This record gives sequence, structure tokens and C-alpha cells, in this order.
Amino acid sequence: MSSEVAPEIPKGNGWEPNILAFCCNWCSYAGADLAGVSRFQYPPTVKILRVMCSSRVEPAFILKALNDGADGVLIAGCHIGDCHYIDGNKNAEVRINNTKKALAKLGFDKRLRLEWISASEGLRFSEVIRDFTEEIKKLGQNPVKEVKK
Amino acid sequence: MSDIKGTETKSTIQDNEEKRVGVFVCECGVNIGGVVNTKAVAEYIGTLPGVKVTSVNKFTCSDSGQADIQSKIKEHNLNRVVVAACSPKTHEPTFRACIEQMGLNQYFLEFVNIRDHCSWIHMWEKEKATEKAKDLIRMGVERAKLLEPLQASEVPVTDKALVVGAGVAGMQAALDLADMGFQVYLVEKEPSIGGRMARFDKVFPTNDCSICILGPKMVEVARNKNIKIMSYSEVKAVDGYVGNFNVKVEHKPRYLDVTKCTGCAKCSEVCPVEVPYDFNEGFGTRKAIYVPFPQAVPLRAVLDKENCISCKACAKACQSGAINYDMQASYTDLNVGVIIGAVGFKTYDPEPRHDFGYGLYDNIITAMEFERLLNAAGPTGGHVVRPSDCKEPIRVGFVNCVGSRDKATNIYCSGVCCMYTIKNAQLLKEKRPETDHTIMYMDIRTTFRGYEESYNRSRNLGVKFLRGRPVEVKEDPVTKNIKVRVEDTLAGEIRNLEFDLLVLATGIVPNEGIGQIQQLLKLSKAADGLLMEAHPKLKPVDTTIDGVFLAGCASGPKDIPYAVSQGSACASRATILLKNKKAITEGITAVVNPDVCVGCQVCISMCPFQAIKLDEQAGKANVVKALCKGCGTCVTACPTGALEQSHFKNKQILAQVKNVFKFQEVAA
Repeated sequence: MSSEVAPEIPKGNGWEPNILAFCCNWCSYAGADLAGVSRFQYPPTVKILRVMCSSRVEPAFILKALNDGADGVLIAGCHIGDCHYIDGNKNAEVRINNTKKALAKLGFDKRLRLEWISASEGLRFSEVIRDFTEEIKKLGQNPVKEVKK
Repeated sequence: MSDIKGTETKSTIQDNEEKRVGVFVCECGVNIGGVVNTKAVAEYIGTLPGVKVTSVNKFTCSDSGQADIQSKIKEHNLNRVVVAACSPKTHEPTFRACIEQMGLNQYFLEFVNIRDHCSWIHMWEKEKATEKAKDLIRMGVERAKLLEPLQASEVPVTDKALVVGAGVAGMQAALDLADMGFQVYLVEKEPSIGGRMARFDKVFPTNDCSICILGPKMVEVARNKNIKIMSYSEVKAVDGYVGNFNVKVEHKPRYLDVTKCTGCAKCSEVCPVEVPYDFNEGFGTRKAIYVPFPQAVPLRAVLDKENCISCKACAKACQSGAINYDMQASYTDLNVGVIIGAVGFKTYDPEPRHDFGYGLYDNIITAMEFERLLNAAGPTGGHVVRPSDCKEPIRVGFVNCVGSRDKATNIYCSGVCCMYTIKNAQLLKEKRPETDHTIMYMDIRTTFRGYEESYNRSRNLGVKFLRGRPVEVKEDPVTKNIKVRVEDTLAGEIRNLEFDLLVLATGIVPNEGIGQIQQLLKLSKAADGLLMEAHPKLKPVDTTIDGVFLAGCASGPKDIPYAVSQGSACASRATILLKNKKAITEGITAVVNPDVCVGCQVCISMCPFQAIKLDEQAGKANVVKALCKGCGTCVTACPTGALEQSHFKNKQILAQVKNVFKFQEVAA
């Protein structure tokens, strides 16, 4: 698998995005664990914050993270139908999509992503992080950081 | 349900004590230490406010590592502990117990994952991994300072068990539990217990007659006074939690009174309708009213309403007056403490495009079909014949790994196909020595006791082994023989072979209805469609749901001894709960602040477990702790902020959020 080969390490002092990932305890956090166990390498741009369910993520947490300079926020939960709490992820979906709409007005909507990653999808976890990192790189740094300076 | 002890969360206790945090960084041998500069991490973390001591250990989970935590708690009078190591999913209980021994509340532990989420996935970026570890631990330290004491709840356990699926694994689990004195409900969706093993002819490596060893077990299950068999029944609803599962079981209508039916099969004799016999893999026929198979338990007939023409001949023939055409499904509500899922498997269903023209050509059959043809009680009385002309084949080819080890179907190895193919070839060769057998394989896997010996026996009998996968399979339109073009990868040449019969060694795939059981029991399903265990090595029969266990092929392909061991393992794991009559559940729940709650009931509408009730008198929401699973959905939904999730309070999560990016700013 890809993990056996050292990936290309970004050279120079290029800017690396900072991503905060809220992972649900049951699926996505375990998926991230599996990515680790399987040594599926992904960029060190993401920090994982464990919550019991994706539905626990309040829009305020996302706004706080973005206001504090996060370049991207990922919310990851169980696939629809697989939620440990029956349908918490459906609530999360509604909430995150509404937050996205609100963020769109500020041009921040692409910095927020919702993904369903199961406990068995270690490879997918690493792919999502890589993909999101690339996307954020295209968007550039969170403009809030400039303003705050 | 309401007699729960120790649910008081003490979160209201004022905790003004100075926060004295100890941080323990684990090197996990070289797993972490080989990538993350743990000394530098500990040095940095030591500068954070509130951190009184940091320590680096080779293995924090070891005896000496835990002793280090305990001695530092004493020495520095620590009241919060941060362990930066592997995953809390595996090691949180270890360290919770460790600090609890020192008199600290177990929820004063914060676990930071710097292995699975850092060193293992940034193996070639050591500096960045070190910086990331600092960030992760800083988040943990800030959260740890805000952690509040909680108490785990103790819930009573009903000393009854439900076993779903009465194949060999489920039967073993039921028998073991029953023999230990617990009441067991054994639910089977088919009209008879026995599962797949009842259909096999002989079983490897010793080639015992399958039903001869299974039949007595089935009878034992039926005779055990602690086991209540619910055949032709399905689990329709499950709620509750460890120790107190409420289960609704549907009994599908058999259209006859099982208390009157004697299994004499007089009804079948007179029934004019013939349909393909599913027990014989569609070979031969059965009637619309039939006894599933001669050794069926319970030995009762069942009427297949779909094919019944309502001629009522069976009702006239039945001497005990058992037939009832108006029967409806009935339901039983069970209350059980534990649930064992042994929902089994089905064999891969080959399709013409991928699988060598199965379905297009008459003389290509699956191994399960071959199994029934070999069986003395099968459609041909044990004579293996070709479907096209009912002649006994001389040249028989076997193709291994059909629906296994194949990117187009299932990538995993089904584990049993090599062995059953070897066994099938042996059996036919022994019955009819004039036959000629060629097994086309990718690798022969004979991993357990007696398997290699069985393989050698086949070779000695003259079974040929050809390493290679057919590239072309065609039917001779006149003889209906099967022509196979295959690369012999050991000899390095293309071979053109002709067989009278070709047998596909189909793999093990998830059973029908596995998705339903997965959703009912809230289990995780892997990418291959099979159910996931709590830990693949150390908790192979547990699941992430307390009180729910898995046995047999539901959690991956297994042979019979493995499935039986798992059945016994489940019974043993379940007994811990059933015998102790109590279970410890997480202290993480939603908590209402009645001063802020306005009684809008949004939380009540959001809760998936009906755990929040309105206190009519006070007009406030009230969380039933025993029902609350601590997801936090209601907390996020509460418009006034009256709800908090203990251990995941807003301030605790925000403390982490605020501290994610601090380090870069300081460094920049």
C-alpha cells in the first residue's frame, strides 16, 4: 500500500494549512486510529478533537475555530444509517449545512467540510485529510489572521 | 429500569482547588519515540501554566509506567492527569483505573493520541510531528484543567440472554449459557435451527458427516430446558442498553399450529405444488408445505404461502388438524441482559460475467451445489451428476477463489475454500476412484491443525493441483463439456483442459439481513460488509456496544472450530455480566440546568433515546440518566444553553479549540 513508500515531503518553508477536525468517537475517531495503525500517511495539518457524536458540534465551535485562525474545519461522523446514536449524524448534517450557508456570506464556506468516515475507512480518512489540505492550500490562509495582525 | 445507583454526577460540586496537572508522554517503544522528539515535547509542555510535572516513559502502560504516574500523583499532589500515548479506545480504561487507585476521580484523566493520530501517520516528517504532538498535548492540558468529577453508573443486568442466529456458533453460545443456568432465547429466521452447517455433506479436515455431528447438538439445544427456540422468527426492534435490552421478536406465520403438528409430513405427500428445493441449493423440488429437512429442529412443517394454491389438500390430510390458513405473524417482547449476534453468512453468488460463465453453462456449479450432490440425503442420493445430462462426470475441475481475493468482488480471503475444495475432491475420488480431479488455485492455504495433512492425503489420492486462474471458460455446444484455458504459472505454460463438470469454490459473504441487525444493535460495519468487533485481536467477540457480542461468520469468514470457539467465547464474555448481575456504564450524560431551562422541549424532540422527559410540575426538562447515552445532540439543540454534556461541556471543548493553533502563533 501507499504507506510503505515515503510520500513526497513538501519542500521549502511553504505555508501549511491548519485544520481542526471534530471526529465522532464511534466511527471517524476510530477511522483515524485505523489510518494510524495502517500507517496511511497524511500531512500533519490536522488536529483531531474527539466528540461523542458529530451532532455535538455546535456552530459556535466552528466559528470560534475560524475566528482563531483555523484555515479549515472538518466535521466527521458515521455514515448515515450507521450512527451510534441512531440519527445524530442527520442532525449534524442539517446543522453543518446551515452553518455553511451562513459562512458562504463571508466567503468561508469552503473552509468547512462534513464527511462520513466509518471505523473501517482508515484509508479514506487519510484521503479526506489530504484532499481537504489541498483544497485549503488553494484557498490560501484564513484572512482573519491578516486582519488580526 | 429506574433503580440505578450512583448516577449523581457531582458536577455541581464547587471545584475551586488549584489545578495541578501531570503530563505523561509515552514513547511506545519506537512507535512514538522514533518519530516524535518526546524530550522536547515534555520540555515545552512543562512550561504551560498549571503543569506541575512532566514525564517521559518508554511504555506508560507498563507496570513501571503506571507506577510512575502514581508516584508523581503523590509527590506533586496532582489532581489532573494527561496521558499522551496511543488511542483512548484501547487504553483509556487502563489509565482511568490507574489514577482511580490513587484516589482521583477517573474522569480527571485526559487522553491525548500522539501515536495513531501523529507519529504513525507522519513517519517521515519528524519535526512537524513533534510540533503537532505539542499542539495536541497543549489542547489536552487545557481541557484537563476544566474536567469535572463524574461517577460511572451501575445498572442492574437481567440474567437472560438473546442469541440471534442458530447456526453452529449461535447454538454453542446458547448451550454454554444455558448450561451455566441462564435463560436463553434463541431466535432463528429459518424454520429449523442448524444454519449452514446442516447443509454440508462432510466437513474438513477429518471428513466427519456434518449432520451426524450437528444433529445431536441441535437435539441438545431443543431438549435444554433453559433454551427457548424461536424458529422462523426475526428480531424486529431493539432498545434499551446493557443489562436491559427490550427486544421485539416477530414469529412469521407457519400457517400451522406447531403444538399440533407432529412433523409426519403427510401434508407434503398430498400437496400438488412443487418448487425448487432451497435446502438442496435449488436441485430437486419440495412441496409448498414441507418439513425443511429430515433432521430439522423443531421437526415441524411450514407452509410457503407464496407458492400455496389454497387447494386445502394438506388440511384434509393432516390428522391432527394443525393447518391454519389464516395465521398471522405474532410478536413476543423479551427483556434480556445481553445479546449475542451469530447471524452467519451466505456463499458468494456467482454471476456469468465475472465468474466463468456460471449460469450460462449447465455444467458449472458452485461448491455448495456440489456439497448437496455429494450428500446421501441430497437430490441424487449422493451421486454427483452433471446438470446437463445427469451423467456422472469423470473429469472434474475446481476453481478456487471465486468471490474471494478478487478486486472485482471481495478482496479478502474466505479462508475455508481451499480446504473444502480439497475435501470435495477427496470425497468424490474416494467414492469413484476412476474420476480425475484438477484444482486450479492461486495459493493453497492450510493454516490449522490437520489441514496440511488433508492436503497431502488429496495429493496421495491423485488429485492434481494446478497453480493458475482460468482465463477463458467455454462450453462445448455438443457435449456440454467445459473447456478451460488456464495458465499453469508453475510450469509457465498455457494449458487447454476439458472437464465434464466445473465446480466454483465460492467464498463467504455477509448474510442477508446483516444490515438490519447492524442497525438494530447499533454495530459498525466494515467496508467488506461484515460486522466489526471491538478490537480485532484483544476483543474479538465484543462489540463497541456494551452487552452485545458477535460469534461466527458475521464478523468475518471462519471455519467450524473457530465459529464454535467464538460461540463459547461469547457465552463466557456474556456470563461476566449475567453472573455479576450489574454493569458499569459511562458517566457521560446530558445534564439540565433548571435555572436556565424554559421548558421549550426542543431537546425532547431531538433525543433519539427518549431519555428526556418534561417535569410537568416544574415545566423543565429532566434527563433520565439510565436512558441517556451521552451523545450530546440535545445539548447542541438547546436554544437557551440549559443543557450541558458532562465531560464534553462547551467550556471543555472550547478550551481545546482555543488552543489548537496557539503554538504556531507563538513560534511565528
